[in-house]
Amino acid sequence: MGDYSFRFTKSEKRLVAVLIIIPMVLLFIGVYGGLMQTLFRAGIIQSDPFVGGDYYKGLTFHGVLNAIVFTTFFAVAFGNALIPYSLKKNLNVKVAWTSGILMLVGSVMAAIVILIGEATVLYTFYPPLKAHPLFYIGLTLLVVGSWVASGNWVPMYLQWRKENEGKKTPLAVVGMFTTFIVWFIATLAVAVEILFMLLPWSLGWVDEINVMLARTLFWFFGHPLVYFWLLPAYVMYYVFMPKLAGGKLFSDMAGRLVFMMFIVFSVPVGTHHQYMDPAISSQWKLLHGIFTFAVALPSLITAFTIAASLEYAGKLRGAKGLFGWMWKLPYFKKENWFFAYLITGLIIFIFGGIGGIINASYQMNTVIHNTAWVPGHFHLTVAGPVMLAFLGGSLYLVGQFLNKTIRLKTWAMIAPYIYTIGLLIMSYGLKIGGLMGMPRRTNTGASYANPDSVLYQADWMPYIDLTVIGGSIMFVGIVIYIISFFTTVFSKSNGPEEDAVVTFPISEPLHDEPSTWLRNFKPYIIIAIILIVLSYTPVIYDVLQATYGGSLPYSPDSPVPLR
Amino acid sequence: MDNSEKLALGLSGLLLVLFFGAIMYAAVAKDIDVPTCITDMDPFVTDTLFQTGPDSYELQMVARMWAFQPSTVRLPVGSTVDLYVTSQDIIHGFKVEKHNVNLMAIPGAINYMRVTFNEPGEYMYACHEFCGAAHHTMAGRFIIEERLDEPEVDGGAL
Ligand code: HEM
Ligand SMILES: [Cu+2]
Ligand SMILES: [Cu+2]
Repeated sequence: MGDYSFRFTKSEKRLVAVLIIIPMVLLFIGVYGGLMQTLFRAGIIQSDPFVGGDYYKGLTFHGVLNAIVFTTFFAVAFGNALIPYSLKKNLNVKVAWTSGILMLVGSVMAAIVILIGEATVLYTFYPPLKAHPLFYIGLTLLVVGSWVASGNWVPMYLQWRKENEGKKTPLAVVGMFTTFIVWFIATLAVAVEILFMLLPWSLGWVDEINVMLARTLFWFFGHPLVYFWLLPAYVMYYVFMPKLAGGKLFSDMAGRLVFMMFIVFSVPVGTHHQYMDPAISSQWKLLHGIFTFAVALPSLITAFTIAASLEYAGKLRGAKGLFGWMWKLPYFKKENWFFAYLITGLIIFIFGGIGGIINASYQMNTVIHNTAWVPGHFHLTVAGPVMLAFLGGSLYLVGQFLNKTIRLKTWAMIAPYIYTIGLLIMSYGLKIGGLMGMPRRTNTGASYANPDSVLYQADWMPYIDLTVIGGSIMFVGIVIYIISFFTTVFSKSNGPEEDAVVTFPISEPLHDEPSTWLRNFKPYIIIAIILIVLSYTPVIYDVLQATYGGSLPYSPDSPVPLR
Repeated sequence: MDNSEKLALGLSGLLLVLFFGAIMYAAVAKDIDVPTCITDMDPFVTDTLFQTGPDSYELQMVARMWAFQPSTVRLPVGSTVDLYVTSQDIIHGFKVEKHNVNLMAIPGAINYMRVTFNEPGEYMYACHEFCGAAHHTMAGRFIIEERLDEPEVDGGAL
């Protein structure tokens, strides 16, 4: 183990670079939408000054581009980089490019119909709001593309296992396969929702749709989706971060255990997003609540393991005492800019994790469900640790795969700190507002935050203003990042492509146990399937039993159905 | 496994069990629960309020683009309301300010929660699920009064 270099082919390098750079442009559009939202919500703007359209169109492309498109591309690009590197095997480039093209075509298609205002359904696309069929087709292509990409890694891994009998699979590979096993199981449900329900209904082949069923299938997918976002970040925390800090991974087995636990518990938890829904018995909601607590455990283990790894690194750097190591880490070293993205994310995740346990806590969900608290919470998770790790990872990948030195390193190093400050301010505003009853997904600027409206809520105003301040600071952080990213992309490369090799900072374990019981995915996948069947059969049964009638499609602009 | 690791694992598990115990305590001892599956109620398309006991009422609430029916409900202090909520068109959300009532209003399903109003005042309910272009204007309120002869509703179906 330890550092080594691997020679990717030219085509592989191009692909990874494309899968990072094009989505970065889409992310920037999405983040721009986020800034506009904070202005809308405070009543500062009434329509989007550049893209046009109302709050909800902006909210749709903000959610879809940031949380679905950018994240999926990054996960695929990261796998396409890390799996060949760790197994020392090249990709089948034909398959890899096919997957990339499917994803690009799908995303651009979905982005266009959203931007022309034909799919203002938000990133959850709940029926009976109907989007243009191309929206659903675009999302399907994105998902299918990601399946193709991960399918491409399977024969490489099987081959590797044959050649390396008795050896432990590299932790990075375990993490990436975990990511995509969770993703594959989860996306099966949304594929059923889209292909058998939404798409035929949006094309007019069938008239009506069962809204609760579609919603339940969505959340079967929706919760594991958040682990699909989180797991590549965990790979970076376990595999890169100890090394970047100058130490070792405290426990290799902890990493393997954590990943297997995510396979087992990621899916049978989705109903915790439906605690306030009708047509599902409360005892099944409680069961999903129990599993949600189970899936909190690997995150607590991670908190310990990473902290212990950083402590070890700090002590190697001469730290004394119980907490001395905290002051010895390379927070502001521009040569070690990557570390900044990971440590800021971990700090944010303390708040994200606490919020998550609150949301999961069954009755307590009554207080916060669908209030502004919820976006306050998930900006501390997906727009925090996940986004920061992905931004750091993206910059690292383009540097390696385009054979370029990172430019404006000080900017790159400082961007995550600025973003973090803004994020903490914005999320505080959203969370407190939510506790006061401020609804999420709501253009407050046109009602609750408008002094001329009968609905005006004066006591919400300070918190709405905080989101403007925090959101603007976040946006500045992203702009600084984007400048450093594109300056690097457009800079001159370090010599001819043929000579360039790729290196990742791979940490060595401090405690390395054989962990033979954690070497095979199969038993964990089987347990996962059993838990899914047990936890979802009664839920789906209840939904089918307790709902009546079907729903015709609606546009967001009129209370009269479209047919 | 390192000893510190075992300790951390044990404490993490204990913490989660503790939290879970609190949830069960609230559910069993305090009877604070989340909405459940309602099958003994006929679908309704118009709103109604009627008295079911000295201090208790049943309210059937209909959410639609972009209003709650009824949009104002006047009740005396101490009223307990059996609240049934459904939607006539797309998904809406219903949460009463300062009370533990939070319900998704979904077409094709009926949602239920019981709420008691012990303090006089005005309690807003704002729609909290995106329901189209005028979602942000969709709200109503409970007005709870000390002395009230006749409970009444406004903004109901004609
Ligand atoms: C400058 C940075 C950002 C700002 C100012 C910002 C701001 C906001 C605001 C104000 C909302 C809407 C709240 C509501 O009406 O419910 C929102 C929603 C959301 N944001 Fe961000 N955000 C930013 C970055 C991100 C990033 C990087 C992600 C990445 C995943 C993200 C993911 C989301 C999602 C998924 C939603 C929910 C959309 C929905 O409810 O349909 N945001 N954001
Ligand atoms: Cu969840
Ligand atoms: Cu609404």
